[in-house]
Amino acid sequence: MALMTRRGAGSAGGGPRSRSQRVHARALASRVCASGARTAMASARVRAAGALARSAFSRYGHFSANGRRSLSASAALLARTHVNYEVKDNVAVIRINDPTSKVNTLTRQLQDDMMEVLNEVWGNSAVKSAVIISTKPGCFIAGANIDMIKVCKSAEEVSKLSKEGQMMFEKIEKSPIPFVAAVNGTCMGGGLEFAIACHYRVATKSKKTVMALPEVMLGLLPGAGGTQRMPKMLGLPTAFDVMLTGRSIRADKAKKMGLVHHVIDPLGPGVKDPEERLIEYLEEVAVGVAKGLAKKTVTVEKKKGLMQKVQDAVLGIPLVRNQVYKTVTQKVMKQTKGLYPAPLSIIEAVQAGVEKGPAEGYHVEAVNFGKLAMTPESRALIGLYQGQVACKKNNFGKPEREVKSLAVLGAGLMGAGIAQVTVDKGVATILKDTTTEGLARGHDQVYKGLNDKAKKKSITTFERDMTLSFLKGQLDYSGFEKVDMVIEAVFEDLSIKHKVLKEVEAVIPPHCIFASNTSALPIREIAAASKRPEKVIGMHYFSPVDKMQLLEIITTDKTSKDTTASAVAVGLKQGKVIIVVGDGPGFYTTRCLAPTLVEGIRILQEGVGPKKLDSLTTGFGFPVGVSTLIDEVGVDVAAHVAEDLGKAFGSRFGGGNVDVLKTMIQKGFKGRKSGKGCYVYSAKKKDKQVNSGTEEILKAFKLTAPPAVSGDEDVQYRLVSRFVNEAALCLQEGILADPVQGDIGAVFGLGFPPCLGGPFRFLDSFGADKLVQKMKRYEDAYGNQFTPCQLLLDYAKDPSKKFHK
Amino acid sequence: FNRPAVLSKSKKTLSKPGVRNVVLVEGVRTPFLQAGTTYADLMAHDLARGALQGLLNRTAFPKEAVDYIVYGTVIQEVKTSNVAREAALGAGFSDKTPAHTVTMACISSNQAMTTAVGLVASGQCDAVVAGGVEFMSDVPIRHSRKMRKMMLSLNRARTLGARLSLLGSLRLSHLVPELPAVSEFSTAEMMGHSADRLAAAFGISRLDQDEFALRSHVLAKKAQDEGLLTDIVDFKVPGKDIVSKDNGIRPSTMEQMSKLKPAFIKPHGTVTAANSSYLTDGASAVLIMSEEKALAMGYKPKAYLSPTYAIPKVLERSGLTLADIDAFEFHEAFAGQVLANLTAMESDWFAQNCMGRKAKVGAPPMEKFNLWGGSLSLGHPFAATGCRLVTMVAHRLKKEGGQYGLVAACAAGGQGHAMLVEACPQ
Repeated sequence: MALMTRRGAGSAGGGPRSRSQRVHARALASRVCASGARTAMASARVRAAGALARSAFSRYGHFSANGRRSLSASAALLARTHVNYEVKDNVAVIRINDPTSKVNTLTRQLQDDMMEVLNEVWGNSAVKSAVIISTKPGCFIAGANIDMIKVCKSAEEVSKLSKEGQMMFEKIEKSPIPFVAAVNGTCMGGGLEFAIACHYRVATKSKKTVMALPEVMLGLLPGAGGTQRMPKMLGLPTAFDVMLTGRSIRADKAKKMGLVHHVIDPLGPGVKDPEERLIEYLEEVAVGVAKGLAKKTVTVEKKKGLMQKVQDAVLGIPLVRNQVYKTVTQKVMKQTKGLYPAPLSIIEAVQAGVEKGPAEGYHVEAVNFGKLAMTPESRALIGLYQGQVACKKNNFGKPEREVKSLAVLGAGLMGAGIAQVTVDKGVATILKDTTTEGLARGHDQVYKGLNDKAKKKSITTFERDMTLSFLKGQLDYSGFEKVDMVIEAVFEDLSIKHKVLKEVEAVIPPHCIFASNTSALPIREIAAASKRPEKVIGMHYFSPVDKMQLLEIITTDKTSKDTTASAVAVGLKQGKVIIVVGDGPGFYTTRCLAPTLVEGIRILQEGVGPKKLDSLTTGFGFPVGVSTLIDEVGVDVAAHVAEDLGKAFGSRFGGGNVDVLKTMIQKGFKGRKSGKGCYVYSAKKKDKQVNSGTEEILKAFKLTAPPAVSGDEDVQYRLVSRFVNEAALCLQEGILADPVQGDIGAVFGLGFPPCLGGPFRFLDSFGADKLVQKMKRYEDAYGNQFTPCQLLLDYAKDPSKKFHK
Repeated sequence: FNRPAVLSKSKKTLSKPGVRNVVLVEGVRTPFLQAGTTYADLMAHDLARGALQGLLNRTAFPKEAVDYIVYGTVIQEVKTSNVAREAALGAGFSDKTPAHTVTMACISSNQAMTTAVGLVASGQCDAVVAGGVEFMSDVPIRHSRKMRKMMLSLNRARTLGARLSLLGSLRLSHLVPELPAVSEFSTAEMMGHSADRLAAAFGISRLDQDEFALRSHVLAKKAQDEGLLTDIVDFKVPGKDIVSKDNGIRPSTMEQMSKLKPAFIKPHGTVTAANSSYLTDGASAVLIMSEEKALAMGYKPKAYLSPTYAIPKVLERSGLTLADIDAFEFHEAFAGQVLANLTAMESDWFAQNCMGRKAKVGAPPMEKFNLWGGSLSLGHPFAATGCRLVTMVAHRLKKEGGQYGLVAACAAGGQGHAMLVEACPQ
């Protein structure tokens, strides 16, 4: 009966483990295949890219096509399904729950119900204050409904939606009685705008309680008063930070920022479901606050600290504010290269409100919201968000047995990374290496990964230790007779892969799955050494494994469906976004990357310097430039892949001379890991210098550029067209099952410009015909590596054909 | 070997064939005082010594006949890390009698008794003294880790230059002291905070908690006035008076109690200073023996002991139900915690979802529950409470004429302890 005393024993709303299970919205696209996670990733561009793990806009949202309903009382009562209320001690408790969905979104129905309830509440003189609460577990309001915006045909239509939202929230803000928002669970986008229109906010510290304005990640802006209220509430700098990054804010942080007034702790199990009781408890506390507000024993205003006062005073000077707008704009331009219109629109709406008053502010907000919704960037980002959601599902059914213990072979960068994301989810993991040194290094990597989280306070040191206890490092195969899955991450050499496969198969149980983490070796060739090829599958992780969201799963024609289901289940547990592709040299991602890199080398040979090449690629929207990418991937790895795939695919993978890379390797320029590649890296200097040694090599391999196809724009399109053509070929050949996975793989694995939404979305918006025209020009100048594939030609011929609906 | 079959009631007994009966011969404690009062200048082992000496005085037990001593403590005084040994030697026990210290938060002395029962039941010992002490008037406050590291390096520095350079690294932040952990290491949560969340999870209101706390104080006062708290032995504080009474029993009024602000979760919490147990100094000790040896030495044992963990387990093992229990003594860390526990025992949902049982355990009837006050009123010197509970239940069985008593306590770290106590034939 030791009920008291322990949070772990009575773990509420997610004990220590569930914290780590939460998938953070991560700036994925920033980190390209095998790139080190070194660059700071606060950029709006990058945020916009990826990571819409939870969004203001939910795909679950159910769009009610009924339009406005009759307002006759009885009909209204009957029809009111999303919002209801009761009056408790002069407090109107308004409860939200969308019965048609797992989450609450601001649908037409919900808004209509809400307005009706609000009018009744305001008409009731016995009501002195009100509480807004959601009875849906884990969700206050996830945001506006994305479909509501998608069906709109014009900017004006979307603006109208925005204005309706603005109006409803303004009514609440100006309400004669005080409103308390009681927040438990997701409170994003329109949900947060709703909450900040209320006079007081109470939030639970549940792990599920997350506040954010992530519209910018979808190429939009907070269109229901967010750009107007946020600066008043948080001050200009913080408001810009919140709106331009779309970052998630937990309850305790929100309290510190002044976004919520009061927080309450989650509860452990009692005499009913903890979440259910937590919502009741939240309501009890909120009702108490509401009563206090009505009686004026509780005040809304919080005391401002000295720093806040100073900041307010300084920002009271118009000149200073102008400087703030200027600085923020410059920062955004630097990070987005002007490719993303949303952040600039946000700044504009904020500025209009602060400088010209609320009428103008709200107007600009609504107009800009409408404009943004019509931009291809927004469509691309929404497509990525929805694609990402789709790639977080297991379409292969429930595996026959859950993988409860797993072994990783090879404690290198990849192996340790895979081990880290596995133990992180409480799966017992054996990390096997051949040397104690290797093992120690791998163990340290896992520890460091977890410890970094502890330092950032996203987990406690206790949770770190507990998680680490799932990891077992060893040099032999003991215990392998009990594992459910083995993932090998040994050196990329077919004979070594065969050797470990045979060793492993001698010890593992019959049901155990053998997965190979390879970036280019065909799985069927690895499986050739297996006694049970139906249990062999490819799981291609991206480096750094704990940061990169993508997992590319490769199935051969012999891989069983259950094996695939199991691999996907493991990947999902590890928090990955998953594409499942067919087998072949380079699969999908590496196959798209290789010709792009080869073209990059060609461009370098033509005398475009590494820095120029980088700025041209990032200028197109790639988060990492091609020269930097070669260094991050490793010159040796790049050479290896280029040569292997060159052999497999012939002249289509030609262009640049692989000997450039080989010479670089000879001189020890292996990329960042060796300190020199295209650039020289030093621990201290932030600004990297071009490696003169590499420049000399490039001179030796110099090629003359045909002037007709070597302008800046042509250089960009040469790179992109080779990428896109190869992606289209993968779809044509059936390596890819659909364009959605192709887009997700390219953006989340390789850093294809998120504003373009992936190669297929790019083809839809840019036009396959236009790209084919360009490619034909390049083909004339360079040869058949630019020959557009049949699928591209088909789409070019018929402009009504689109990859995405 | 086995205990006589004839008992006052027709219930079966806890004795098992082939296992020695383990009995509580006597239990004593020092008065429990609020921290910072009369005991303020003592040390933990002083109080422990007082309890041990009191036990010897009360029983006139020959010191050399004690086979083993187990003692509990929670906040360790580093000078007396094995406080059991220091107190035993100080109390004049034989230096041939081994003594060890156990720590298990608020159930430390429960664990000491459990160890003693095990030693006796297995035949290794015939007479074991168990007990616990807590001294909250003084707690070890350390230098910060940075400071400690510097001081240790200073020890090793050989040259003046090395020493000076180390001293030069001294920063103001080095001087911030480190208090003993108030919060649990693994969860970083304070006990009072946890109790408040627990009360909220079970929907225990502030009013319920205040009423329960008041009940505890009223009953304790009554027991004190009627002279029922006979487990107390006087304690002479050097230079001060002889202490013979607990000083934390303060029946208040509901009105006064309702005025207090929440102590941990502000402003909406329900746990206050008045419905929580307070920081207490005190020590307790019990003499645990095999029944045959006790009888052979001419003692009248008070109760049979049968400890295991947690109430349903202890009942099921002994084939009893809650209805068979005549006296309940539960540890009262917080009113909210006791009430939450009782609510949980009454809840089918909790039994099914959190205990893997088919149905609820059932809660003890209040007319049998903590009738002489509890930790809320008598005080709660962490590691001394377990022996106080067991001795009190034995005394209650004797006074009330019951057969079975049940002791239960919870502890930080999510642990619990329960013990069945059966009255010895009079």
